[in-house]
Parts: sequence; structure tokens; C-alpha cells
Amino acid sequence: MKDRHIKGMGRQRRERAIRILFFCIALASIATLSMIVVFLFTEGIPILTKVSVKDFIFGQYWYPTDEPPEFGIFPLIVASMAVTGVASLISVPLGVLTALYLAEVASARLREVVKPIVELLAALPSVVIGFFGMVVVAPFLQNSLGAATGLNLFNASLMLAFMSVPTICSVSEDAIFGVPTELKEASLALGATHWETIARVILPGSISGIATAIILGMSRAIGETMVVLMVAGGAAMIPTSLFDPVRPMPASIAAEMAEAPFRGDHYYALFATGIVLFVFTLLFNLIADHIAHKYRQVGAATL
Amino acid sequence: MRFVLRRTGKVLEDTANMRKGIFRVIMNKSEEHNTKSGSTSLSSSGRSQEKRIGLLVPSRARERQRRLIQSAAFWLFRGAAAINGIVLIIILYFLVARGWRAINWTFLTQPPLEAMTEGGILPCIVGTLCLSLGAILVALPIGVASAIYLNEYARPGRVIRIIRLGINNLAGVPSIVFGLFGLAFFVVWLQFGVSILSGALTLGAMTLPVIIGATKEALRAVPDTYREASLGLGATKWQTIHRVVLPASLPGILTGAILGISRAAGETAPIMFTAAVFFTPSLPSSIFDEIMALPYHIYVLATAGTNIETTRHLQYGTALVLIALVLGLNLAAILYRARLRRRMG
Repeated sequence: MKDRHIKGMGRQRRERAIRILFFCIALASIATLSMIVVFLFTEGIPILTKVSVKDFIFGQYWYPTDEPPEFGIFPLIVASMAVTGVASLISVPLGVLTALYLAEVASARLREVVKPIVELLAALPSVVIGFFGMVVVAPFLQNSLGAATGLNLFNASLMLAFMSVPTICSVSEDAIFGVPTELKEASLALGATHWETIARVILPGSISGIATAIILGMSRAIGETMVVLMVAGGAAMIPTSLFDPVRPMPASIAAEMAEAPFRGDHYYALFATGIVLFVFTLLFNLIADHIAHKYRQVGAATL
Repeated sequence: MRFVLRRTGKVLEDTANMRKGIFRVIMNKSEEHNTKSGSTSLSSSGRSQEKRIGLLVPSRARERQRRLIQSAAFWLFRGAAAINGIVLIIILYFLVARGWRAINWTFLTQPPLEAMTEGGILPCIVGTLCLSLGAILVALPIGVASAIYLNEYARPGRVIRIIRLGINNLAGVPSIVFGLFGLAFFVVWLQFGVSILSGALTLGAMTLPVIIGATKEALRAVPDTYREASLGLGATKWQTIHRVVLPASLPGILTGAILGISRAAGETAPIMFTAAVFFTPSLPSSIFDEIMALPYHIYVLATAGTNIETTRHLQYGTALVLIALVLGLNLAAILYRARLRRRMG
């Protein structure tokens, strides 16, 4: 009797140890995220001894290798926002409409075909999409639309759009599926057509999820590196037209890090650019998370 | 003019909708009366009149219009879905049409020759395999354990909310920021140098959210009755997880692992500063060696150097190999998952 009791105690203790072990491992993601923050800041903050925060973010000139160097990343920030904005003009309608098709219109059989297509689109490596933009889309833009250079804001936005469509599509689709069937059935029973049900019941019911999807898609676009590195053109100036070459933040970091002297001002400035980029995506993700939690979907559905 | 429903005696006021022909009046089952023609008589016949009717239903014109709008909208949806397919086909078409000629036995089994203008991509293939397998070795145990905690142990509350927020934000960190992190932490601070180890760890950190997401979904698909049966037989929580839940969710976890490998294989930005180099004279012999990798090779050949035009065929060939690897893995995962769903559903 006593023996069994002790055995039970041991069992309980082991269970608790396992539980704590799993808890510690589950903290790995947060630990990684915090380490990213710590290392970005330790390597990026030293640039502030050379330029003020205001001059760094709002400075108009990015000439890191000139003598004296200029570290103003405003053109890079504008470029990042421009490619993301133009890309979402394409990817948001495309992504949401595809999600509506998958969730509401497609037969089960077609779904089995279309969904993998979207997933494969998501799986294409960014370097391959960048390469495609360079060797196929750029010459096309130059020859048929008469752009001065095929590597420009528009080309980059187009490529980014197709990279963020799968994100927008799959998250929106989940949101649409999350709308309770009761609501849909009620609307249909009142005599509304399927389209009227989609427009007046399903879309309003899933709007928070769709907003989350859009923000996540934009976050993906603004952080995407290889596409803007290979296709955006690389000129660090504020674009005035859709066909101007630009240099978004990730492209600048990726292109210059190799030649920046280790722990020189240029190196610090690139890490500081990384901080700005990280803050942008963090904000996007926090907003998405906030929307998903605050405006929970109606009825029985939760995200 | 007022309509009175014959059955219930309910009074329907003459509204604008009726005059616009949105509704039609059904007098009784046999005789039907369309308001479109009737609307003139309605307005001329004065206010005080009452008409006893059977039903008010949407007019035929209105119904046709609604159906038209619906089919227009649905065709818009179909068009959007088709665009995705067309884009995928165009990309694959160009890569295959221009790349397949470059692929041959030499290309797959030889190192680059003649200052990278000839020869093959064997070191890149080996490098990419090393990096993505290394990444999954790092990410799979941690990811699966995290998912187990979140799905099996954690109770809803602040802690789980914070962990979930951390995972979501980790998933949203740009790949180039992972590269910076890898450079600052693994390469410089831990002094691993530019090496397979640094690259695999960086890629592993990036793949972690993918694995956690896939595993959580796989765990959630295991019916609670399994757990209850096991616990009811006197098994502890860990025994239940270990002997019942994990085996049942293993296929789903494997699918996630495959997707993680393919994701890691295709990434360029995280390995640019941490693992990949332009050229290595020999295949790697230890995890502290720097290596060549397929995505980085494409990037370098396509953007740097003086032979961009003459190495086009190599670029297309490398892109095709990378695509075949990544899409092959993805397709395998998708088909496997579809089979699983069919078996379970």
C-alpha cells in the first residue's frame, strides 16, 4: 500500500517535470523573438552617435559610402511603403475574391484543384519569383510599355502581389468558413440569393478576419527581400512615377551588408534599417492580432 | 391604394418598392398580376381603394436582375481564381521552357567550372540539402514540443495568449531580419562564423512557426475521445500524449515537416550573411564550413559578376532544379494530406 503510494507520487512528479519541460520549450519562440530584438538593437543603436533618430528616419539622402556619408533612410521607407501599397491594390481584390470562390462558389472537386494551385504559388521561392521578374517581366515592360527600365516599382509590386495573394487568400478563406452556417441559412431562407447572402451576411460577418488577412499580406510584402532586391531597380530616391526604380529597405540591407565594413557606421546603419523594418512588420502583426481578438467574429465562430 | 393579404388580412401599404416593379402581385394561385403592368392602374385608381390579394413576390424582372448580378459576381470570383492558376502556369512555363535544356547529368553532378560559366551545381544541391535538413533538425523537436504544450497542456489565459502572440510575430519577421539576427548572433556572437551551422540555426528559427502551426493542426485533429479513453484506462497525461495522441497525429506532423523543409530550401535572405558563399572549391566536410546553396547561386549568377548574359542557361537550370525540389516536396505534402483527409473524413 505504502509502496503504491510512493509510486504514485513519483508518477505525479514526473508528470509535472514533463509539463514544465514542455512549457520551457514552448517559450523558445518568444525567446527567439526577444533575441532578435536584442541583437538588432545592440548592432543598430550605435549609428545614433552619428545621426539623430529624426535625421536617420526623415533624412532625404542615403549615401552610406560617400565621404562624408549620409544616412537618411526616408527614400527607402517611402519605397517600401510604395511597393507594398501598389502590391496590395492588386493582391487584396485578387486574394479576397479567390477566397470567396474557394469558400462559396467552387464545387468540392474544383476546390481540390484550385487550393493546391494557391498553395504552390505560396511555395514558390522568392528568389525564383525575383528571377522571373528580372528575365521575363522586366524585358516585357521595357519593350511593350516603353518603360525606361524594366526593373522598377511597378514590376516589384506586381511580383510582391502574387507572393502575398496566397496569404490573403488562405486567411480570408478561414474567416469566411468561420461564419456560422445558421446565419447563411437564415439569409437564404429569407429569400436572398447566394450573392446577396455573401455580400450582406458573409462578408460583414467575416470582415475582421479578412482585415487580418489583408494586414498579414501587407506585412509579408513589406518584409519580402529577394523580389525587391532583384526587381525594384535599386535607386535610393523617392519615386515620382510608377515606373521609377526604387530601393526598399530589405533590398538595401541585403545588397549592402556584404560590402559594409564590419561594425562600421554603414554596418550599424543597416542594422538600424533592420530595426525600422522589424518595427513596421511588428506593428502590422500586432494590429492584425488586435483586430482578430477585439472584433471576434459574430455568433458561434471564433478565429 | 392598399393591398390586403387575403389569407391573414394583413394590410400592406402601397410602397415605392411596389411601384418600382420590385414586387409582383399574385392575386391567387391561378391568376397572377405583374405590378409592372399594374403600376399605372395603381396610381390612377386613387388612394382610398383596397385590393385583396394572395401574395406579394419579387417581380420577374427583378429576379432576373438579381440572378444576373449573382452570376456576374460569381464569374468575377472564378476569374480571380483563374488568374492565380494562369500566373503559376506562366512562371512554370518560362522556367521549364528555358531551363530544361541546361539540365543533364553533368549539370547535376559536377561543380561549377571555368569561373562559374560552365559545369554544374552539385555543391549547391548538397548545400541546400544540408541547410534545409539542418534547419528541420533544429525546428522539428522544438516546434512539436511547443505545439504539444499549446494544444495539450496549456489552459486558456494570459500565458498562452502571449506565447501565441510571440509565434505569430515570429512568423511575421521579415526573412532579411532573420539574416541580420543570424549574422549578429550565430556568426559573430557565438563565433560559428559563416557556416552550415549558422545558416541551419537561422533557417530553423524561421521555420519554427511553420512547424508549430502544422503540428497544432495535426494535434487538434485527434478526437478527444482518444484522449479520454486513454486517461480513463489510467494512463497519465504524458503516457496519453506519447502513446496515443502523437502516433495519431504523426502523419500531419510529417506533412508539416516536409513543408518546413521546402520553405527552408527556398529561402535566400537568411543565408546570405550566415552560410552561403559565391564559390567553394570543394564539398563541405564539417558543419563549420561555408557552402554554396541553390537560391543564393541563382541570385549571384543573375545579378553579380560580368557574365550575366552568358550564364543565363545556368541560371534557368538552377532555378528549375530549385523549383523541382521545392514544388516536388510541396506537392508530395499536399497529396499526402489530401489522402489523409479522405481516409479520416
